[in-house]
Amino acid sequence: MSAERLLEVDGLEVSFQTEEGLVHAVDGVSFDLGPGEILAVVGESGCGKSVTAMTLLGLTRSPNSRFGGTAIYRGTELVGASDDELRKIRGAEIAMIFQDPMTSLNPVHRIGDQIVEQIRAHGPVTEAVAMERAIELLERVGIPRARERIRSYPHEFSGGMRQRVMIAMALSCDPSVLIADEPTTALDVTIQAQILGRIRDLRDETGAAVILVTHDLGVVAEIADRVAVMYAGRIVEHGTLDEIFYDPQHPYTWGLLGSITRVDRPRPTRLPAIGGLPPSLADRPEGCHFRPRCPHAFAKCTETPDLEFRGGKTPDHIDRCWLDPEAKRKLRVVDGQTGLMPPDRATA
Amino acid sequence: MARFVVRRILSMVLVLFAISVLSFSIFNVIPGGDPAVRMAGRNANTAQIDAIRKDFGFDKPLYVQYGKTMQKIFTGDLISYSSRLNVVDEIKKDIPRTFALAIGAAIIWMAFAIALGLFSAMRAGQFSDRVLTVLALVGISMPVFWFGALMNYYLGFKAGLFPNGGYVPIAESPWQWFYHLIMPWTALSILFIGVYSRILRGNVLDTINDDYVRTARAKGLPERQVLVKHVLRNSLIPIVTLWGLDFGAVLGGGAILTETVFDLQGVGQYAFEAIGELDQPPVMAITIFAAFFIVLLNTIVDIVYAALDPRIRLS
Repeated sequence: MSAERLLEVDGLEVSFQTEEGLVHAVDGVSFDLGPGEILAVVGESGCGKSVTAMTLLGLTRSPNSRFGGTAIYRGTELVGASDDELRKIRGAEIAMIFQDPMTSLNPVHRIGDQIVEQIRAHGPVTEAVAMERAIELLERVGIPRARERIRSYPHEFSGGMRQRVMIAMALSCDPSVLIADEPTTALDVTIQAQILGRIRDLRDETGAAVILVTHDLGVVAEIADRVAVMYAGRIVEHGTLDEIFYDPQHPYTWGLLGSITRVDRPRPTRLPAIGGLPPSLADRPEGCHFRPRCPHAFAKCTETPDLEFRGGKTPDHIDRCWLDPEAKRKLRVVDGQTGLMPPDRATA
Repeated sequence: MARFVVRRILSMVLVLFAISVLSFSIFNVIPGGDPAVRMAGRNANTAQIDAIRKDFGFDKPLYVQYGKTMQKIFTGDLISYSSRLNVVDEIKKDIPRTFALAIGAAIIWMAFAIALGLFSAMRAGQFSDRVLTVLALVGISMPVFWFGALMNYYLGFKAGLFPNGGYVPIAESPWQWFYHLIMPWTALSILFIGVYSRILRGNVLDTINDDYVRTARAKGLPERQVLVKHVLRNSLIPIVTLWGLDFGAVLGGGAILTETVFDLQGVGQYAFEAIGELDQPPVMAITIFAAFFIVLLNTIVDIVYAALDPRIRLS
């Protein structure tokens, strides 16, 4: 992991002033990203994963938001960057694909125009050249008869097609980082697989790094290289795909893995789920935020654990759980038998 | 798109026909009594009333009455029996005045409403937004006859800054034409600016949180382009409908109070005076004239709407 780093996020904090008080949406998130890497950020709804992603592009800026920490992209600090500096990076260096393709395209403009305006915002390109480039991009993401379809409006496209348009748009200026915020959540399963395949192919072709924000571990297993598990605004575990799936260290990760329903296993009578609800981000429990829902919580859990190496197989596999590695190994087996963790993963 | 336009124009003709039947009924059938007496006005003698009855076919079945009445209006034979003047000629004479007022005011109120509405939305909750909110409410609450009279008195009569009403044809002196219209334009626009800027402010605040605006920002577009091409463009759609209706009404002589206060002698003032005289032929003709413009502008708005929002063309 000592190779060239494209993006280094260190201690990122985002909070919003609301009527219920200060909401700590993101609390000290750190990660880095190298070229061509696919990092998945997973967690339940409201754990701060989308806010983290959008903050990198300054899309969460508002009079009510407060920021802390740094995010350095190729020498440029993004969190404190001026609007104008950010504007030049947005879409050109770091591009984003959003969750809902049905509402993320402007209904009153032709899709071609929406791609062209992005290309032209980042360089002196004529309308005609930009249009050719847009057609080429649409073909690349697998839209048939792109030359005709470029004149269509978003409502004339299906959800999957619109998401392809979003991807084409995101790729239009050859970004080095692609942030995909739940790119397949609004799509049906067969289209999901196609879209994920496209994202992976494009990573292979262009060498762009990808941050994939999702709550769907199936999607993660499909394409991620590394995984960061987020809970209540913090990263609670971070490791390679195999480490997270086969040697998970944090009880929250066990719970997430345990709640995947699988077709290759007898159907459970109840869908496995983690008991309780995530805490309100305006009023978080002291210490480990997962403590109130964690079946293994003990006295020490009222202190905040740092995100550090605690007993994985490589020093880069880090987590925030006070349990000692031996206890984790045993408890994982128990959770496997009680259904909290899939049994075949329960043995270390 | 072409089929859409044709369909809209056909339905416009149908609506106009319905309106003509309706206004004919309101004036001549529903009130009961002798329609010829009402048509004749206050100072008519029996011979005149008999002549009118024969002329309009008021002794014949309703469809004949309707046909004859419409024939008179549309061939320009309609006469006001009180003033002995040809109604259609009078309306034609008044049209340039009404149009000058309507077109100028419509441009002014739309331009100011867009500028103020957008500005207000950008500063939502801040001091300048609150000031504009209060000003808009003041504008909406001021009756035009009162505000117009105040302007006339203070700016026209006392200060002598503007002419005290009246109208100068543009062909005679473009400057005097403009000069005479400044106060009427202002008075008529104030109300509309208040209403429209409030509505636009709300629309902009709704639109600005839409996903596609976030997409536009994420694409790295300059903020100006995000606002104009993505936010404003979508926020304007509901405003255009409203604008069409109001502009149509003012074109059709709906600015009765403004025209009268500033003595513009337009179609609206003609209607005002005819109503005062209980002079029915002009009132009837102006009703149909006004309805025509409202329906026409409505049709134009529907077509513009389809151009603004491609999703509408489907339905």
